[in-house]
Amino acid sequence: MSTTTSNPAATADRATAASVERGNGPFARNNLTATLAGGYMPLILATLIVFLPLAWMALSSFKQPGEIVTTDLHILPQAPSFENYAEAARRAPFARFFLNSVIVTTIGAAVKCFLAIITAYALVFVSFPFKRLLFVLILVALMVPPQVAVLPNYILISSLGGQNTYWGIILPGLGTAFGTFLLRQHFLTLPGSILEAAEIDGAGHWRRLWSIVAPVSAPSIATVALVTVVSEWNDYIWPLIITNNTNMMTLPVGLTFLSNSDSSSQAWGVLMAGAVVVILPILLVFAMLQRYIVTGLTQGSVTG
Amino acid sequence: MTPQLTQSRPAQQAAASLPQRRSRWTGRTRRDFFVFLALALPNLILIAVFTYWPLINNIYYSTLDWTLGSATATVVGLGNYVTFFTDPGSADVLRVTLLFTVATVGGSMVLGLLMALALNRKIPGTTFARSAVFAPYVLSGVGVGLVWLFIFDPVYGALSWVLRGIGLASPQWINDPQLAMVMVIVVYVWKNLGYCAVVYLAGLQSLPKDVLEASALDGAGAARRLWSIGLPLLSPTTFFLLITTLLSSLQAFDILKIMTPSGRGTNTLMFESYLQAFGGYNRAGYSAAVSVVLFVILLVVTVVQMRFVEKKVHYS
Repeated sequence: MSTTTSNPAATADRATAASVERGNGPFARNNLTATLAGGYMPLILATLIVFLPLAWMALSSFKQPGEIVTTDLHILPQAPSFENYAEAARRAPFARFFLNSVIVTTIGAAVKCFLAIITAYALVFVSFPFKRLLFVLILVALMVPPQVAVLPNYILISSLGGQNTYWGIILPGLGTAFGTFLLRQHFLTLPGSILEAAEIDGAGHWRRLWSIVAPVSAPSIATVALVTVVSEWNDYIWPLIITNNTNMMTLPVGLTFLSNSDSSSQAWGVLMAGAVVVILPILLVFAMLQRYIVTGLTQGSVTG
Repeated sequence: MTPQLTQSRPAQQAAASLPQRRSRWTGRTRRDFFVFLALALPNLILIAVFTYWPLINNIYYSTLDWTLGSATATVVGLGNYVTFFTDPGSADVLRVTLLFTVATVGGSMVLGLLMALALNRKIPGTTFARSAVFAPYVLSGVGVGLVWLFIFDPVYGALSWVLRGIGLASPQWINDPQLAMVMVIVVYVWKNLGYCAVVYLAGLQSLPKDVLEASALDGAGAARRLWSIGLPLLSPTTFFLLITTLLSSLQAFDILKIMTPSGRGTNTLMFESYLQAFGGYNRAGYSAAVSVVLFVILLVVTVVQMRFVEKKVHYS
């Protein structure tokens, strides 16, 4: 057994450094097979487990109904077409679902980020009595599951006439505990000296926030923004409850409508096309900016 | 600027003669007071109205016999809770919740750890694989649920095709309550294990290298090093993951709703609370009571976590 494959990577550092000198690194002939078997097989397996279902979704969305409703399975579409996408648009206002999702995500995420930035700034840089208590209240809100609040919020919002409206979908989720918490932790790490200089120059809080604190915190703000965009786009239970008019449904709700309205197996191609539309944008955003998203979503694992 | 100066001057004069507490209310603190309110109040109000107020309201609703949409309701006190804890169907709900939670938490943590071990190597491609396994975690549960529902389709699904290939008939995944449970657990674990893998990977990479090297020199094998040194050192990570995955499994909804709309065999507390109010029964009061039961469970988990974290971790 070679050192590289039998040991966890804790020792791999040293092992690789030493073995490169001796000319028997992980890619040397005697180690190559072992590296492939022990190192790459699990990696490839892990990646395949994730990608095969998604690839299957994408391939199926381009297939003809006859290729799906058959027990004689072909992996690749025989005559790739956008027919399933067109059919999805015929059965439901799919463009409208997409537009609604874009509107709800854009406005919701923008307002939430803005609120998170100004609240976190106030909590860190502006003196106020009971500041700690207020922070604890925000922290507790972070732990209160939004799911248990849907019934009272439904009754409140629908009594105000918010059913099937953009504001009704967006408003209850606007208060942000996650973003505030994450940005507060970051602002606390900023050196006080950069603000003192600005204070001497006579810059007020508003200017200090937008010309100093926000620019130097761009990566943290990007993290909050991306995590918020992802969660707004995928948000399901609230839009599901507050909309019943197809013209106001977001993509996840519209997909539910589509899957309920036709339970015959004929619909699989159409449903896969719908799944591509809801999954692909986030997959692309994630592929480009995954560094920020992973940091944001696994935040806390280091402290806890 | 002028009005502020004229305002603060008497305040400063007063400060000379008054005790310390009074003197702090100078122009600047006062301005900060209002700046703070202007910046933080909108968010605080939103959190109060849409997070705290519904919690209280939910408890009130849970004491009502109330049909959703009806203008009148009867106060039944703890009647809904009595119904919940005496109804034989509720035993099923609790059993389903327990099974789903234990299986998804255990499944995603064990497989997540295995995946983290696979990723914890100094070979090219691990960064890509790490991102790849994390990806399902950020995707829409509805989209993911539909994709897997198609794969599980007993006639046209990819899985039935594989099973036929080895001479087996596909089971009725959706219609059989027990198999429906297996199906949603598999999909939920698939979607969430990347999260556990990435958190475990961060934990593995922060392990003290010298301890592991020393034990390797002592002749301990890889499995033994993991079991008797790695895992104990990873216990804070394991605890963190246990709590976070427990909380999210108890609140799972998207995959359950899209894959098994009727909730037969998959009605966890969370899903049952939705079904009672919005799934055709319109039992708002009863649904609120189920949510309160769920909330109490979540609260207990959170309190356990906070007590534990207080003891074990220092925030600097």
